[in-house]
Amino acid sequence: MADSKLDLLQGTLDLMVLQTLAAMGSLHGYGIARRIEQVSGNEVLLNQGTIYASLVRLQQRGWIAAEWGTSDNNRKAKFYSITKRGRKQLLEDTAYWQRLSSVMGRVLSMQHDEGKQ
Amino acid sequence: MTDAIRQALNRLRAFFHKEPLDRELGDEVASHLEFAIEENLRNGLSPEEARRQAYIRFGGVEQAKEQHREARGFLALDVLVQDLRYAMRMLRRDRSFTIIAVLILALGIAANTAVFSVVDTVLLRPLPFPNAQQLTWLAANKGEGGLSAVTFTVDAFEEFQRHNKSFQEVTSYQTFYNSIQYRLMGYGEPLPVFGVQVAGNFFKTLGVQPAFGRLFSREECQKGGRPAALLSYPFWQQQFAGNPRMIGQTITLNDQIVTVVGILPKTFDFGSVFSPGLKVDFFVPAIMDFWRTWGNTLALVGRLKPGVTVAQAQAESNVLFPRLKAAHPEWFEDYTATITGLKDYVSGKLRRSLIVLWCAVGLILLIVCVNLSNLLLARSAARSKEFAMRSALGAGRTRLFRQLLTESLVLSSAGALLGWGLAFVITTYLAHQGSIALPLLSSVRVDGAALLWTLLIAVAAAVLFGLAPGLRISGGSLQDALKNSGHGMSAGRKHERLRAALVISEVALACVLLIGAGLLLRSFLRVLDVDLGFQPSRAAAIKIDYDDQGSAARRGAILQEILRRVDALPGIEAAGIADMLPLDRNRSWDFHAKGRVYRKGELQDSLVYVVTPGYLRAMGMHLREGRDFSWHDTASSGRVVIINQAAAHYHWPGEDPLGRLSVVNGRDTRVIGIISNVRESSVEDASSPEMYLPMTQAGPEGAELVVRTQLPLAALQSSVMRTLRSMNPGQSATEFRPLQQIVDHAVSPRRFFVLLVSSFAALGLVLVSLGIYGVISYSVTTRRQEIGIRMALGATGPRVQLGVMARTMRLAIIGIAVGTIASFAAAKWIASLLFGTSPTDPVTFAGIVLVLGAVALVAGYLPARRASRIDPMIALRSN
Repeated sequence: MADSKLDLLQGTLDLMVLQTLAAMGSLHGYGIARRIEQVSGNEVLLNQGTIYASLVRLQQRGWIAAEWGTSDNNRKAKFYSITKRGRKQLLEDTAYWQRLSSVMGRVLSMQHDEGKQ
Repeated sequence: MTDAIRQALNRLRAFFHKEPLDRELGDEVASHLEFAIEENLRNGLSPEEARRQAYIRFGGVEQAKEQHREARGFLALDVLVQDLRYAMRMLRRDRSFTIIAVLILALGIAANTAVFSVVDTVLLRPLPFPNAQQLTWLAANKGEGGLSAVTFTVDAFEEFQRHNKSFQEVTSYQTFYNSIQYRLMGYGEPLPVFGVQVAGNFFKTLGVQPAFGRLFSREECQKGGRPAALLSYPFWQQQFAGNPRMIGQTITLNDQIVTVVGILPKTFDFGSVFSPGLKVDFFVPAIMDFWRTWGNTLALVGRLKPGVTVAQAQAESNVLFPRLKAAHPEWFEDYTATITGLKDYVSGKLRRSLIVLWCAVGLILLIVCVNLSNLLLARSAARSKEFAMRSALGAGRTRLFRQLLTESLVLSSAGALLGWGLAFVITTYLAHQGSIALPLLSSVRVDGAALLWTLLIAVAAAVLFGLAPGLRISGGSLQDALKNSGHGMSAGRKHERLRAALVISEVALACVLLIGAGLLLRSFLRVLDVDLGFQPSRAAAIKIDYDDQGSAARRGAILQEILRRVDALPGIEAAGIADMLPLDRNRSWDFHAKGRVYRKGELQDSLVYVVTPGYLRAMGMHLREGRDFSWHDTASSGRVVIINQAAAHYHWPGEDPLGRLSVVNGRDTRVIGIISNVRESSVEDASSPEMYLPMTQAGPEGAELVVRTQLPLAALQSSVMRTLRSMNPGQSATEFRPLQQIVDHAVSPRRFFVLLVSSFAALGLVLVSLGIYGVISYSVTTRRQEIGIRMALGATGPRVQLGVMARTMRLAIIGIAVGTIASFAAAKWIASLLFGTSPTDPVTFAGIVLVLGAVALVAGYLPARRASRIDPMIALRSN
């Protein structure tokens, strides 16, 4: 089963977390993890625990903010939200990813005989 | 960019707030799991399954926490702190090991730091003057011969100063400063003080600015100018309590009123650069017009123009001096100067000695490292179970290696700290040894460079001695470790071999060190054994003042009376007066056999001493032929001279010069006596031709009263001083100088080196004996059961003992053999430092080999005896 899931590339999780927070507003760790799993259609191999390393990294860079609060079902949890600088960073990273993936797409769709040019 | 900084700051904060952050994370993870369980329950899973799924999805809780810590802080730093803490705990537990290791390291590092400070000051660092690389020393006569030979006349100095193109400045000082006696008047008894006369531009050339006041003005350097003096900083502090109002005040030197125009800076020490061991109280201008007729008296120092090399200046000197000589037919000689960097002149002769010293402490450090490596290996073997356990619990090899290296670093840091303190004490002590005639020694101190050096060697040492055990631990396999520490097994063979190799190299290193030190020590003993040509023991000299108003007859009468009164004092066996003492200072005059034709360049000036009758006897000099002077040799009687053997051989080869005529400074003089050679300028150099002239016929340069006595000098001081005062109330308050002190001063550089090298060698010997003892003793401990079995099977105690001893001696003999071979090379390298000792001196080599062998024997005997007393029953049962 594990074979069929996507292993996360270095740094991709940070970007997913930023995007999730940008789209959903304030969320706690579990919420973020679940959201990523749902959106990816359960295609991503994610140990939910790894999200916390990502969160602290983003927080230390000042791209997200954290605050203890209470959830809908009255449970104490730490809620994360994206900051202004985080949004800026998200724009940059998104542009970078899109460029990279389009380049990767072109390279990987290269035909065998094109090498002759 | 700012984000990166923000992150670094946050990480740093996280490093210091581990606990609250960990607690917060724990809460967060707990709530995460509860959310998950709740959702799983909602999805209809059983409570147990809901929980299980939540944990599976989360992944390892501890792993996640570790990742979190890694992301937020400095993991490497965390590990370091952990390692440090662990290392401290281990070292505290093994207290005796730690103390021994730190002590050994401290000794090794102290020796290295102290020697580095000396080497740095004397060899590496530039002289304490601005742009010191431009300063040069100019010596006439290729720098060979006594002071009169290598110095210049005022004319030669001024002509060269005027015409040269290579130097910004050429300056000079009066080298016969010993001959000019100054007394400071008006502060109680006349106080003998020491002054040096320098050219007006002396301080400007060196780049020395006065701490207070100003340098000499042009007018003050001219004949008839207002007398002026610059005080040295220590003299100003000591005599005038550092009173800044001294500037512009007058002091009385002899009978002259002199204005103090300035105070020289604390950092300027004339003696340490130009005449090691000399303490100068003040400087006065050398009035060139006064010295013009005095012959060669000036030492020259120059400051090269920027971009001019010593070689270029030398080339100019080679051309310019012959031209000047051609223009001045009245010059005695061609003063072509040999130019060297001032630094080379000051410390060039010491280079080899200091480098040898440096190598010796390097060897010590290596021995220390090998020794500690051995100790740590023994420990690591004892700790192999611990490491196997940690390894089984998941510690990686690099982690274990790092742990061991951390421990070595902690050890060496402690050693470095202690060693640095020790080095500080040693160098402070050395810097205050005025009696050691080594240049710049007074400015030796442990400074930033030395601190850096300490740090460097501490780290290098830690890596060196931590490497072997570290590699062994991290390289060995888990099973091996567990197997090796099992029942009845001896330590692994590889391990034993490594330790044996360490012992062998330690013995070899110590062997080289000991043989080198042995050769130097033997040379020193030979130097002490040199026949000086006079007997320094039980004799002492005191400077005396008298006023002869320039008349030789009057001088004769005064001196005869002084000697008569001193001779009459109880306890005086012999007394005599000379203007200069051997090994102290000298001058030279023209001297040759009358009627003999000398080849060009063959004739050199001879050293001259002007003495009274009885001086030779008071000094314990040996009159081989002829007679001593008498008071009947006067200005009106025939001129007479006593020469030494060297002069006899040189000027009358194969003949007996007694009764023959010689020419002294152009006047016919009869040779009336021949004395054995006297070591006049250095204990180690062969004697050169000397002549002795009577005080009644030649002009002396000062006067030293030499007495030979059985009494302690302190008892004699007051009675002699009273006698001198009764003759001359203005006699300054000087003290007796034992002749032995003058000899000691002359051999002090060699004594200094020998003392240091020998103490390093002794240290090496102690370390080696510790090393051998440690290894053999350890191997006996680990082989207890093996020995027990062998004894149970019939091996006797003496046989076991013999086996252990044989093993010890095998290691020692291999080490000694390797060391001896290496010593031959090392000895050849230090051959130029030896005196009267061959670099392959069989006595030294044999002696050291025996000493090392004996030490190995003793070091091996103790554990061997313990081995022979093992009770097989106890040994076999004790597992």
